[in-house]
Amino acid sequence: MDETLNEFGEYIATALSHEVTGFTIANEELTVHGRADQIIKILSFLRDDSACHFKVLIDLCGVDYPDRPRRFDVVYHLLSLRHNQRIRVKVEADDETPIPSVCEVYTSAGWHEREAWDMFGILFAGNADLRRILTDYGFEGHPLRKDFPLTGFVEVRYDDELKRVAYEPVSLTQEFRRFDFMSPWEGAKYILPGDDKAADNESDGSITDGKD
Amino acid sequence: MAEVNLSNYTLNFGPQHPAAHGVLRLVLELDGEVVERTDPHIGLLHRGTEKLIEHKTYMQSIPYFDRLDYSSPMNQEHAFVLAIEKLLGCEVPKRAQYLRVLFSEIGRLQNHILGITTGALDVGALTPSLWGFEDREELMCFYERISGARMHTAYFRPGGVHRDIPPDLIEDIYKFCESFPETVANIESLLTDNRIFKQRTVDIGIVSAEQALDWGFSGVMLRGSGIAWDLRRSQPYEVYSELDFDIPIGKHGDCYDRYLCRMEEMLQSVNIMKQCLDQLPGGPVRSIDNKITPPRRNEMKNSMEALIHHFKLYTEGLHVPEGEVYAAIEAPKGEFGVYLVSDGGNRPYRCKIRAPGFSHLQAMDPMMKGHMLGDTPAIIATLDVVFGEVDR
Repeated sequence: MDETLNEFGEYIATALSHEVTGFTIANEELTVHGRADQIIKILSFLRDDSACHFKVLIDLCGVDYPDRPRRFDVVYHLLSLRHNQRIRVKVEADDETPIPSVCEVYTSAGWHEREAWDMFGILFAGNADLRRILTDYGFEGHPLRKDFPLTGFVEVRYDDELKRVAYEPVSLTQEFRRFDFMSPWEGAKYILPGDDKAADNESDGSITDGKD
Repeated sequence: MAEVNLSNYTLNFGPQHPAAHGVLRLVLELDGEVVERTDPHIGLLHRGTEKLIEHKTYMQSIPYFDRLDYSSPMNQEHAFVLAIEKLLGCEVPKRAQYLRVLFSEIGRLQNHILGITTGALDVGALTPSLWGFEDREELMCFYERISGARMHTAYFRPGGVHRDIPPDLIEDIYKFCESFPETVANIESLLTDNRIFKQRTVDIGIVSAEQALDWGFSGVMLRGSGIAWDLRRSQPYEVYSELDFDIPIGKHGDCYDRYLCRMEEMLQSVNIMKQCLDQLPGGPVRSIDNKITPPRRNEMKNSMEALIHHFKLYTEGLHVPEGEVYAAIEAPKGEFGVYLVSDGGNRPYRCKIRAPGFSHLQAMDPMMKGHMLGDTPAIIATLDVVFGEVDR
């Protein structure tokens, strides 16, 4: 299975040597990494080439990695009915530079791009209808970004005096709690209280077994 | 003669319309009674499922999947647990696989009964829903007897299913399989040759095979247009490759053909259910790896290790190796997929839910163009959308 995928990945990488930066195979799935500005060319090739024939855009979504300079991954999932094959195409994006819309390649990309814009704030150049899609009318922010709090910023209630729904800042009696399950024996990044002393002593070379 | 300025009429359909199948708001631009443009406004049922899942452990995330497409809850769970299992690389016992297929097919029946009969209701036939819901009720009782809940079952777990099936339930499901084809025949006698029903559905919302692919259709929406594609057959998961069933496909790609496909699919599902019950092997119903599935309660009373495993699983949850995976199943509405990104922790880093209804609803505009206003309910019904999954 992995060998055929490898061959197939090689084939795509050679045919699109300028556009594709590499490919990976994991969990019996082929992922092609591409350059964001060439995405239309990549997807057109994958759709039209007789060895690929990926006629269906199954899904398009964003993933946020806030630590990276180009923080978003835009992930395209394609399906080929003829070859019974799936492929994933990944490009990187940030929140300022728009990436080309693939609406002209797959009509169904329209709403998926709207969703990625709504949820992550990824811009798509050439999408004629880049409105918000899932969030409320007049919503601010992009909720699936990692720096957007789970509880959001505003809450709504029906105001009986104003006779309409009123927006107010979120007030919670208890903060959302996030438990830390990282085992201190399995590579936690922080220093446990008391461990700093051990480190001090270690530099003296007096403690070897770490048990106080 | 003075020039008359004619402008199109804009009509708001929903979000509180009984034929909108939930909270769909359509902004229709009408020329007389002919629809020129459709602009579906969705998101009125958006609950931030994907964001919530990122903050929950894998086990805590399962119930969110019941709340997506609430007419076939277990099928959704199925995609999610398949994604987790693919990352974990864990084996699912045979008996659990059969049970999963059995209850997925029950889900398919539930969904199609709901979709067809309320669709018929939208175009003017009341009786099918009354007859269909009687049997649907029975199916929900099966759900309740296996999991304790009629809808929000959380029955599929990573590594297997939650509980074994009681012997009397096997008998009762078998009895149901014997009697259900009669209900299908009864509903068919009301609809299939009904002149009014045919006038409302034949040649309405025609989708060509080429268009269906371009719009990202899947499931019945694709098969209705004559494309033989079913994930149960082409990319078989669980034990579907060992079961014998047919895949009905349509010819014209109109609402009527899709109705016929769904009717036949119900009979095929009953067929699959019977085979599952006949072939149901013995053995455990969940993986014996206690790093993935919790130990039995009586084990916990005697074994310290089991107690620790239980405690760890229900507080910290299971850890899924780093990586990304896409798992898809043939849900009753089409391809339901989960794209899961794990960073190696006890919570998903990103969980994108690929709902079939989202792509289907997007094609509302081209499908509606040139049709009469009265065809709107027929087309919404044939798309078979449920807003839990469209809005997520």
